[in-house]
Amino acid sequence: MMIVSLEHYLCLSAILFTLGVFGIFLNRKNVITILMSIELMLLAVNINLVSFSSFLNDIDGQIFTIFVLTVAAAEAAIGLAIIVVYYRNSGSISVEDIKKLRG
Amino acid sequence: MIISLFFYLFSFIIVSCAVMVISSRNPVHSVLFLILAFFNSGALFVMLGAEFLAMMLVIVYVGAVAVLFLFVVMMLNINYSQIKDGFQKYYPIGSLIGLILFIEIILMINGDNVLVSQKDSLTNNVPNTHQIGAILYTDYIYIFQISGLILLVAMVGAITLTLRDRPGVKKQNIIDQNARKVSDVITIVKVKKNET
Repeated sequence: MMIVSLEHYLCLSAILFTLGVFGIFLNRKNVITILMSIELMLLAVNINLVSFSSFLNDIDGQIFTIFVLTVAAAEAAIGLAIIVVYYRNSGSISVEDIKKLRG
Repeated sequence: MIISLFFYLFSFIIVSCAVMVISSRNPVHSVLFLILAFFNSGALFVMLGAEFLAMMLVIVYVGAVAVLFLFVVMMLNINYSQIKDGFQKYYPIGSLIGLILFIEIILMINGDNVLVSQKDSLTNNVPNTHQIGAILYTDYIYIFQISGLILLVAMVGAITLTLRDRPGVKKQNIIDQNARKVSDVITIVKVKKNET
């Protein structure tokens, strides 16, 4: 009970990932919060990779965490730029207003 | 004993911060709770022996991504009072899908198929940063270059998306300046003497 095993970290990461998915469903009016939920999911993946890397004595997981971090930063920058452009054009950031793209 | 105490403390803070991030009414509070969650994940990484990644997480997320989020949240002038209207509508389907996903992941974790291989490339007498550098710049050099390329493309894309030239703003146009000739802009006027 009092020893921290790999399953503890995996459970934490599962809870965090589920909260990220839940946040995407919950915040349909605010794209910024959806992006934050995606960041939470990527953080859960990072915790997963680092804990496997630590418990399996394999450094490759930490290397992959660096790449996940890189892609997350790029994704946040592009996503926020798209949000700024969309807000400039339409005046709202609600997901339900982006139905106009459907034609 | 004390390590497990710290693990439960950090993970409790992370989970409660995640709940606050997705349920907070004000996006500024969401960003601040996200920053707190990232700090505590950095502490968990230190506990796992990944010091370099902990520092990377704090620098990249708290220093760059969270500040970017804060900047955008404060720059957009949004009426936050009606932003939570769809909260009740999507609550049942969201919680159902989240619950199914969570149960699936927990069943995966409790299965016997984790912990497959022991590679033992992680030794304790070399610092964490040295190990990462020794592998990142040799085995993963092409992926490393590609990730740099991804960052470059993201930077160019973000600048191109948000850059706009508003009319009426005076700025320097070097081509126009170089194309000016003396004969176009200066006219010589003969002034006669003794005229009042």
